[in-house]
Amino acid sequence: MHDNEHASHHHEESFIRKYIFSLDHKMIGKQFLIYGLIMFFVGGGLALLFRWQLAYPERPLPIIGASQQYMDEGEVVTGADRMWENIYESEKEEWLEVNMPNGVVEPAFYNMLFTMHATIMVFFVVVPILVGTFGNFLIPLMIGTRDMAFPILNMLSFWLAVLAAIIMAIGFFVPGGHAAAGWTGYAPLSADPQWTGVEWGQNLWAISLLIQGFSSLVGSINYITTIINMRAPGMTFFRLPLVIWSLFIVAILLLLAFPVLSSALALLIFDRLAGTTFFSATAEGGGDPLLWQHLFWFFGHPEVYILILPGMGIASELIAVFSRKPIFGYRSMVYAMIAIAFLGWIVWGHHMFQSGMRPGLGSVFMTTTMLIAVPSAIKTFNWLGTMFRGSIKFTTPMLHGIAFVSMFVIGGLSGIYMANTPVDIFIHDTYYIVAHIHYVVFGGSLFAIFGGIVFWFPKMYGRYMNDVLSKIHFWLTFVAFNCTFFPMHILGVGGHMRRISNPMQYEFLQGFEGMNIFITMSAFTLGFAQLILVFNFFWSIYRGKVAEQNPWQVTTLEWEAPTPVPHGNFGQIPTVYRGPYEYSVPGEENDWIPQAQPEHAPATSGD
Amino acid sequence: MLQWLPENVSTFGQSVDSLFYAIYYLTLVVFILVMGTLIVFLIKYRHQEGKRAHYIEGSTTVEIVWTAATTVIVFGLAMLSYPQWNNIKSPTQFPENPDVVVQVSGKQFNWDMTYPGPDNEFGTDDDLELENELHVPINAVVHIRLTSVDVIHSFFVPQLRLKQDSLPNRFINVWFEATKAGRYEIPCAELCGFGHSGMLGYLNVHTQENYNAWVQERWPQ
Ligand code: HEM
Ligand SMILES: [Cu+2]
Ligand SMILES: [Cu+2]
Repeated sequence: MHDNEHASHHHEESFIRKYIFSLDHKMIGKQFLIYGLIMFFVGGGLALLFRWQLAYPERPLPIIGASQQYMDEGEVVTGADRMWENIYESEKEEWLEVNMPNGVVEPAFYNMLFTMHATIMVFFVVVPILVGTFGNFLIPLMIGTRDMAFPILNMLSFWLAVLAAIIMAIGFFVPGGHAAAGWTGYAPLSADPQWTGVEWGQNLWAISLLIQGFSSLVGSINYITTIINMRAPGMTFFRLPLVIWSLFIVAILLLLAFPVLSSALALLIFDRLAGTTFFSATAEGGGDPLLWQHLFWFFGHPEVYILILPGMGIASELIAVFSRKPIFGYRSMVYAMIAIAFLGWIVWGHHMFQSGMRPGLGSVFMTTTMLIAVPSAIKTFNWLGTMFRGSIKFTTPMLHGIAFVSMFVIGGLSGIYMANTPVDIFIHDTYYIVAHIHYVVFGGSLFAIFGGIVFWFPKMYGRYMNDVLSKIHFWLTFVAFNCTFFPMHILGVGGHMRRISNPMQYEFLQGFEGMNIFITMSAFTLGFAQLILVFNFFWSIYRGKVAEQNPWQVTTLEWEAPTPVPHGNFGQIPTVYRGPYEYSVPGEENDWIPQAQPEHAPATSGD
Repeated sequence: MLQWLPENVSTFGQSVDSLFYAIYYLTLVVFILVMGTLIVFLIKYRHQEGKRAHYIEGSTTVEIVWTAATTVIVFGLAMLSYPQWNNIKSPTQFPENPDVVVQVSGKQFNWDMTYPGPDNEFGTDDDLELENELHVPINAVVHIRLTSVDVIHSFFVPQLRLKQDSLPNRFINVWFEATKAGRYEIPCAELCGFGHSGMLGYLNVHTQENYNAWVQERWPQ
């Protein structure tokens, strides 16, 4: 069944065709993974820099190994000087006096750091890995087809993402520094260089995101077409694995949401370069800063669900496989995701409760936001239901799946506080929000990503990742993650604002110095733990234990393909006879029945 | 965890805190239940040789029950919150006839306070402008006309449980009534540029006598 007649796909390919301008969905998926991991380190490094400043305000960074960062910083300090020169010419002396000690993360640089940290993590790490890697790698394999509907568009999608990353990277080196108006880029701060001193940095930020938007758009069209048209015989929609459902829904969200961001970015670029005033509030201009917020969050809220839905899908796979049980309420899981996808369009105002939007609208958005908490809760209960009376194997991917669920519970519950308008008055724009973001995106999406990598690694590279290293990575990450981000809830309750570079300037925050130091030390541990992942990843590609075809005894189609998966994936396209979660069916010898196993045929073992 | 909340010194702050506490206990209970269940399941249903998982595909009844329960709880919370929110933020619900009206204007990186003076009108000769210092009497209704001259800032007084973004070319009204004399910080809570960190004003809540003295000093009769 595995070796095959599909010879046309087996001719030798040149290095460039195979590894660089590849049209093969699996290679493109792997490319996105490497891309995402590199950007993960860039984004993480930026975070560690500003965490240092928060713990030890105004103190120079020790020149440990990271001399490169130190040098970058020296440069940026001069950029900031120029900026002050323009704006506060007369105060320059004083400014030099106060802020000159070299190696100190001074405020303008600090703003750039957190802006770029979030921009990179959201647009260049989580989306590329969740959607680019898992979408590309899994969709054709799991629906049982040979490749994406549009392989050339697929390649284009990757290379547009590379172009976007290069443009984003250039922004660090232009005079005036990179964008520093937050990842949310609120106008008018972002719309006019006079407010920040940032000239081309912000422009490049917008242009890069525009291109990244095209990349996502092209990718999502591909996913949607592929899933609708190219499912294997017998693969009905309600036999799709949940991760494919999640990617399908996310592709639709991407298709609809990104154009909104693109339009907003285009208007922003006009404001900055062509003198329009869409987002500025000058009396004669007729523009409005809140317009930016509405556009950004109309995109932004669906975007945050783009960041979590595939994570939910991956976690569902992991939990079902390693509990050896069908997903509890498969259909309700699907409907919950669809509900989230719809409701996601009518909650954006919860980011704007304190923005000056009419208070009446605040109440409306509180109501819709409360509504969206319901499907999130349903999914959580269903995951628990899936483990109920299961036979749970604590493999590394399962540990990540469990971590996903528990961290998502915390992130979802903290969402309730913020959805509550009166409480949000106090915690809006504090570290409470930062804690929430990280519990859902790091605790949620990233744990799913880690779990997914370990789980599908044998199919991707034909080898296992080293399990000892994987487990060390998991536990270190889990503990350090919670030590880093849980205390941020407490900072938020204390009123500690986000996006400030020096909390010690405030009387009411004096008590938090110790906690900030603790958070920073945990963050460095967390960063260090990720080195283990990357080492393990690359080491295992070459040295890992060779994997069988279906090492975890999974029912879904990707495990029917030979390992390593050849171009064209399957010898013969499999036919699907049943749903994706037929585990522990009574009366069967094995505790799993592959989707492609014909009715009444003798059960096959995992070869 | 909530002992970290700064002391509350406004009349409506209590309602914010009560909701905060209500949600805190609610989510704490949910959290303990969910995590407890999870941990019990992980121990009880761990893989054991010779034991097989039970084939359970789900249960419509259970789904309906937990969907309904969650919906009721979150909507209950929303119902509790509407009046409090309106009380704090809806201009139509503000206490009328304020004792003090001040215009507060964010400007990179200061809060400019403008008092209308005895004639109660802005833009006249007796206006008083102060940088970063706001003076109000205790137990008095204060209306603030919030605006900004450049970018968005956010007027935040943690002890009042009050936060409101200030926007250029718009006037947004907020109110408060402080219940304890003292000097409180007014940080800016919305990123507004490189001086955002450290953009800081002060709210001075005076006893009635001290406030009268301050008025006397500023606008001698
Ligand atoms: C139970 C479900 C959730 C509720 C009720 C909820 C509610 C909220 C609310 C009200 C805010 C705005 C808070 C403020 O700025 O004052 C917020 C911010 C945010 N949420 Fe959620 N959320 C939920 C789930 C999620 C999920 C699943 C994600 C993403 C994976 C997410 C990501 C974010 C992010 C990134 C922000 C901050 C954006 C920023 O200001 O930078 N949330 N959430
Ligand atoms: Cu949102
Ligand atoms: Cu500010």
